[in-house]
Amino acid sequence: MFSDYTQGIMIIACINMIAVLGISVLTGFTRLFSFGNAGFMSIGAYTSALLTAKMGMPFIPAILVGILFAGIAAYLLGSLTLKLKGDYFLITTLGFGEMVRVLFNYIPITGGARGLSGIPKYTTLPIAVICLVLAVIIAWTLIHSKYGRNFTAIREQEIAAESVGIDITRSKKMAFVFSAMFAGWAGALYAHNLMFLSPMMFNLAKSAELTITVVIGGLGSLTGSIFGSLVVTLLPEIFRSLANYRMFLYGLAVVLIIILRPAGLFGYREFSIRKSIAFVKAAPGTITALLKGKSSKDKMEARK
Amino acid sequence: MTPVLEIKNVTKNFGGVRAIDDFSVKIEPGKIHGLIGPNGAGKTTIFNNITGILTPCNGTIIFDEKEITGKKPHEIAQYGIGRTFQNIRLFSNLSVLQNVILACSMDAQYNLIDAFIRSPRYRRMEKQISEKAMSLLESVGLDGNCDEIASKLPYGHQRKLEIARAIALNPKLILLDEPAAGMNADESAELVGFILEIKERHEFTVLMIEHHMDVVTNLCDYVTVLNFGKTIASGTPAEVKKNEHVIEAYLGGAEGC
Ligand SMILES: Nc1ncnc2c1ncn2[C@@H]1O[C@H](COP(=O)(O)OP(=O)(O)OP(=O)(O)O)[C@@H](O)[C@H]1O
Ligand SMILES: [Mg+2]
Repeated sequence: MFSDYTQGIMIIACINMIAVLGISVLTGFTRLFSFGNAGFMSIGAYTSALLTAKMGMPFIPAILVGILFAGIAAYLLGSLTLKLKGDYFLITTLGFGEMVRVLFNYIPITGGARGLSGIPKYTTLPIAVICLVLAVIIAWTLIHSKYGRNFTAIREQEIAAESVGIDITRSKKMAFVFSAMFAGWAGALYAHNLMFLSPMMFNLAKSAELTITVVIGGLGSLTGSIFGSLVVTLLPEIFRSLANYRMFLYGLAVVLIIILRPAGLFGYREFSIRKSIAFVKAAPGTITALLKGKSSKDKMEARK
Repeated sequence: MTPVLEIKNVTKNFGGVRAIDDFSVKIEPGKIHGLIGPNGAGKTTIFNNITGILTPCNGTIIFDEKEITGKKPHEIAQYGIGRTFQNIRLFSNLSVLQNVILACSMDAQYNLIDAFIRSPRYRRMEKQISEKAMSLLESVGLDGNCDEIASKLPYGHQRKLEIARAIALNPKLILLDEPAAGMNADESAELVGFILEIKERHEFTVLMIEHHMDVVTNLCDYVTVLNFGKTIASGTPAEVKKNEHVIEAYLGGAEGC
């Protein structure tokens, strides 16, 4: 149906979206920042790849073990660090990500810096799509249950959250483990798509990219994160010549968004078809109103 | 009657500053107890010690016959102490209804699996929570503002929303930190009626910090006056107002507001 090239890009897009959904729950809903999720991705990737390539385990159990290991690592790290204030926690995730990368560089079984090859190509487009759909359903359900509400309460007002009976340390740990498991899931799919792993793939830039994607898409919006992820994965493919400037452009986008629209493109709102239709219908009216000089600029002027 | 809350010889130091000095008090059930004193007397610090945001250096706090000294804030909330904050702390970007729903997590006794399979238990509890939140908003007169963003509400409504959120815990005791702050005489008079009404309806005990003396006089059954972290007087509002230590503390403290 699709060319190999198109399929390849779609698989990558699905994988990125799963990892980004994890960060969306962590950063968009709980307001915790992690710059170590590439580390959890690599744990999922290496664990599952070693299981399939060296021990002949089937794909699905290998993915599950990969997810589990990433989750356990996050649980242990979170137990030690989640009581710290936000920025200190961030630094520890950063340190963790780099530590894992260096570790995979030196453990003989991972092939070290030369990389791990001979991983079977199990990640097909249907599998990637099914995983993404599942991931969206899981994230959506979590966010719309009391667990997601507890995350949101922490994001909005930590002290008030505690004062209404929410165990904030436990909720934060849950969000952190969740994001790590999604990263591990993405990592496992990634390994069996590329068929080759090297620790360099999971560096700080990769972690930063995940967070940047969520900021671009909009904090507190799952659909925003999916949309952001699509933009960040597809734009460099469409504008090949710009590929070298990718990180530069991401950086620029984030600076502009933080200044102009701090809540991101979708900020706190989910995409809804009904509302979009209503918006399009209302658009002509809005435009005429603007032309009549009732622009927001005038309002700003008036406020001064 | 056994007191709802008993604070025994609590001391709290911040570095060299002794914010609370060997403070003791008993709060009788069903009463409205006022805590007054000049700025910096240590009133909010007492609230923070009761609710677990701070841990006392010395002394014990007993709530509902259980010792709660040094417990975590969420545990104390779960035991049944709700509170509001001097500088309002709402879930600002969320709707009025969401603010109350977020405070109902204790009513949601379901687990992750219930949530994923949307079990009958999950659906029943979620429905109960929305209904409870709506009826609480009705009870404080904010049911017309459900979908408004909390931070966009007028100041007086924000105060009421914070109180509604505290009541969502089904608390035995509510701590109000300067509920009438920033209100004019009419607004404070309305607040007095409001507090009496919801207290009757939801049957809780109140410990409140307040600077407006008319509010204190009209609401409180009993008043404790604090200065430099120590009790300098206590009694009914009328008794306390006549007390010479109190007059001195307020006049001596430059502007006692
Ligand atoms: N976290 C803290 N760290 C250091 N000092 C503090 C802290 N909290 C309060 N204090 C000090 O403790 C003293 C009592 O403060 P507190 O906020 O309890 O006063 P208050 O009676 O509530 O006053 P107000 O009427 O102004 O609200 C003050 O001197 C204050 O500076
Ligand atoms: Mg105070």
